[in-house]
Amino acid sequence: MPAVSKGDGMRGLAVFISDIRNCKSKEAEIKRINKELANIRSKFKGDKALDGYSKKKYVCKLLFIFLLGHDIDFGHMEAVNLLSSNKYTEKQIGYLFISVLVNSNSELIRLINNAIKNDLSSRNPTFMCLALHCIANVGSREMAEAFASEIPRILVAGDTMDSVKQSAALCLLRLYKTSPDLVLMGEWTSRVVHLLNDQHMGVVTAAISLITCLSQKNPDEFKTCVSLAVSRLSRIVSSASTDLQDYTYYFVPAPWLSCKLLRLLQCYPPPEDGAVKGRLVECLETILNKAQEPPKSKKVQHSNAKNAILFEAISLIIHYDSEPNLLVRACNQLGQFLQHRETNLRYLALESMCTLASSEFSHEAVKTHIETVINALKTERDVSVRQRAADLLYAMCDRSNAKQIVAEMLSYLETADYSIREEMVLKVAILAEKYAVDYSWYVDTILNLIRIAGDYVSEEVWYRVIQIVINRDDVQGYAAKTVFEALQAPACHENMVKVGGYILGEFGNLIAGDPRSSPLVQFNLLHSKFHLCSVPTRALLLSAYIKFINLFPETKATIQEVLRCDSQIRNSDVELQQRAVEYLKLSSIASTDVLATVLEEMPPFPERESSILAKLKKKKGPGAVSVTELEDSKREGGELNGGGDRGPDTSAMSASNAVSRHSVTSNLSYVFQSTPSPSADLLGIRSSAPAGTAPASAGNLLVDVFSEAGPAAPSAAVNDDGFLRFVCKNNGVLFENQLLQIGIKSEYRQNLGRMYLFYGNKTSVQFASFTTSVSCPGELQSHILSLNVQTKQVEPLVEGGAQIQQVLNIECLTDFSDAPLLNIKFRYGGALQNLTLKLPVTINKFFQPTEMSSHDFFQRWKQLSQPQQEAQKIFKANHSMDTEVLKAKLLGLGTALLDNVDPNPENYVCAGVIQTKGQQVGCLLRLEPNAQAQMYRLTLRCSKDSVSRRLCELLAEQF
Amino acid sequence: MFFSFMLLFSRQGKLRLQKWYVPLSDKEKKKITRELVQTVLARKPKMCSFLEWRDLKIVYKRYASLYFCCAIEDQDNELITLEIIHRYVELLDKYFGSVCELDIIFNFEKAYFILDEFLLGGEAQETSKKNVLKAIEQADLLQEEKILKVYIN
Repeated sequence: MPAVSKGDGMRGLAVFISDIRNCKSKEAEIKRINKELANIRSKFKGDKALDGYSKKKYVCKLLFIFLLGHDIDFGHMEAVNLLSSNKYTEKQIGYLFISVLVNSNSELIRLINNAIKNDLSSRNPTFMCLALHCIANVGSREMAEAFASEIPRILVAGDTMDSVKQSAALCLLRLYKTSPDLVLMGEWTSRVVHLLNDQHMGVVTAAISLITCLSQKNPDEFKTCVSLAVSRLSRIVSSASTDLQDYTYYFVPAPWLSCKLLRLLQCYPPPEDGAVKGRLVECLETILNKAQEPPKSKKVQHSNAKNAILFEAISLIIHYDSEPNLLVRACNQLGQFLQHRETNLRYLALESMCTLASSEFSHEAVKTHIETVINALKTERDVSVRQRAADLLYAMCDRSNAKQIVAEMLSYLETADYSIREEMVLKVAILAEKYAVDYSWYVDTILNLIRIAGDYVSEEVWYRVIQIVINRDDVQGYAAKTVFEALQAPACHENMVKVGGYILGEFGNLIAGDPRSSPLVQFNLLHSKFHLCSVPTRALLLSAYIKFINLFPETKATIQEVLRCDSQIRNSDVELQQRAVEYLKLSSIASTDVLATVLEEMPPFPERESSILAKLKKKKGPGAVSVTELEDSKREGGELNGGGDRGPDTSAMSASNAVSRHSVTSNLSYVFQSTPSPSADLLGIRSSAPAGTAPASAGNLLVDVFSEAGPAAPSAAVNDDGFLRFVCKNNGVLFENQLLQIGIKSEYRQNLGRMYLFYGNKTSVQFASFTTSVSCPGELQSHILSLNVQTKQVEPLVEGGAQIQQVLNIECLTDFSDAPLLNIKFRYGGALQNLTLKLPVTINKFFQPTEMSSHDFFQRWKQLSQPQQEAQKIFKANHSMDTEVLKAKLLGLGTALLDNVDPNPENYVCAGVIQTKGQQVGCLLRLEPNAQAQMYRLTLRCSKDSVSRRLCELLAEQF
Repeated sequence: MFFSFMLLFSRQGKLRLQKWYVPLSDKEKKKITRELVQTVLARKPKMCSFLEWRDLKIVYKRYASLYFCCAIEDQDNELITLEIIHRYVELLDKYFGSVCELDIIFNFEKAYFILDEFLLGGEAQETSKKNVLKAIEQADLLQEEKILKVYIN
């Protein structure tokens, strides 16, 4: 027991907590808790009315149990009762329980809102604050609906106490964040801005958070806050450390408010009014000066508070990006922190300098710290600080220091933490590409990257080096030589084998003159790696071999022999087997001319934004790579790839939207990914044709690596989030991305259904080779068809902005669990899109409603009493528990909703018969909501057990 | 300076206080707590007090056997957050009189009340130590027997 027990000690609670602490094991703790729960339950259920104190004590115990991590499914009502107690401590505990434990869609919310309403109108400031805290803590939409108009009134009313104003401001902020549509701007908004002038610093501190958030959304309406904020800041900055009394923190005047003011100013451009701007610049200078003064205290709190303001001021300076003097000063002051003994300051200085590096005014100043930053990368003991150092090196890199930085990053990679290797690899790859002046350096760098951190080199990185080598004649010989040397290493990474296979297959002839790298030596070297590689790499190597046959006729016999051996031609992997068979055949029947045409050198890749950059951007999220950086790389990448001589039409392509990026790799990939159709594979190899003629299904495995919003969902990952929404309804939008929208209308009768699919092209570009197919999972394994789906193929062209329709006729043969899959393929701007969706055909669609009396219902219920006929699930409510909504869903399910059957009017019972071609399955359903606990119990009894189980699974997701 | 959540846990990884300022399901909360407790406890004393975690920044500080751990948004100020933590510790210390972990275990509800006076909806409401404690002490004065109907006009 602690020595201090302030307020009203609840002895029973303290004893209980002690008991829990004394439990020797988890089991003992659970036992003790269960005992307590049983005790509380019986108290709450008992006939004797509990007094307020006991109620408070038990509610508090429940709260404690919940905070220990156990579920609590009762006591909510008692907590709500406490809200209307006239004893402060009871009310307070009631509110605490509600804040922690009541979720927003609870039925109790109406009662809670009533209690809050009473307290808000009580004019007792302590009660009002409690009520406002509760709204701010729960912040649900229902509360926003009830109070969003009331709170602004309280906030700006002349007679509101300061403490209430503070709570009201932050409460309103929370509601604005959850339901911005319900907080209407109005006459109060201008008065809120003037709270920046309030006498009471606490009121300003609270109000400014609200004002900042509102200004971000409505900058024009709140413009006046800029000058008010500047004058307030100026007063704080120039005040002596004792002026602000209790708002001075370790000799720093109002650090929180200062930071918030500086943050608010970052919502706006520099002030236009010269006087205001002058005053602000003065403030910023004072802050920079004060940071240089000797500390007034040795306490870390003093320096933290002071530096917090400094960093916020620097953020503002960077935000304005218009005051070269301040930017350079900021950079110099941060430079001092780079070697500070406080790890925190080193971390923040590195982080902040990263943004300074992007400003043209301070970029050079940042660069002067390169040695310190490199040193940090090498010596910092904390990985998060090293990460910041790596970020900063990346940000300060330009043509002048690229070689040094890339070399440092590469050497760091050898020992880097696993957690940051992938990102480091991407960064090195980008810098190497962006600042390459000679391509041999670029090739060396990337091959080094693969050697050092092969596992972390993503597909994009090695695709990119190949794209560049293909596009640059002057580097091809060097690349072939270097990769040949790299492959000499006894253990080399599979990614190296991939690059090696590709490059030697294309350009091996450039080094074949040297007897040390004669064609056969090259082939043997590649083939020595073959058996250790994965299937995709082996597939790639097979393609390289057939290219060898074309490049070096003298290798033909050796290679044919390899292809002919059982491990190739009878390989259990279909892909490898197919390639071996086709290549062998091709090499034996085609004339040299045909071979030379089919296996011609790869054409240059169309100029595109670097896919690696896109990947890094995706990894770090928006904002990590600035727009300028992207444009830079586009420009610089253009130089690198010789894009300059391509004329305007290339630049139009690189400017087109992100989706077009896919086609880079689908171009690349068709050499490696053959398709089930033999002719398509060969076509793919003869890649001199433009991208548009690439085989229809090639490349989808690789394309998805690049997909951002999923325009090219991989065929393996079935998109099914739309699916569950259609269990209780028949019409709606099944799927939508940037390119395509798919709408559905469907109708069912007996065991038959008809579904209309509407495919809408959202772009202005034509979709070509548009094909769809429907398959029923499981049909291949079991040979028993449960669904018969008939459809006609759609037109292969979908014009931009057009919609086409497809009709599916569905027949249910027997009951089923898995939904049919709809596969859609089309070509958009050269890139193949491949998408698989679950069609919302579920067993309940074939329901015929059955009306029956209570007597009949329970008789049948009893008849279906074998354990396997019943399926039951207890689950938490995911949606509103509103009666009308529930009824609509149950009707949408297709069953009859039976009134006056269940003795408990809260429960729902339904009955129906599922019609399949072969049989009819009778189904009974019972849904028991528990509004207090926000839970349901769902029970199904059907004459066929698989149907019970499936319906139960489907329905549990619906409520 | 928006806080997404604040967690207090012991060196043994026992959660002592949790305050969530963003709506999350219980399951998510438990997952986040588990992950963060593990991550923070694994860090060495000299390491910096900030870490990037998912799309948030975590700011933490250890006081005796307790870790105070806050999640803020990407552009928020780390140092001032550290001082928010410190001010909260000061408030607890002043209220309980040299606070220890046991005070927070046995009077968890008070720890929540103090936090609500100090931070509301994830933002600093009142940074003056005096004013926060005044509000709490006033509440303590409104004890059991005192019937508050007087206030209701």
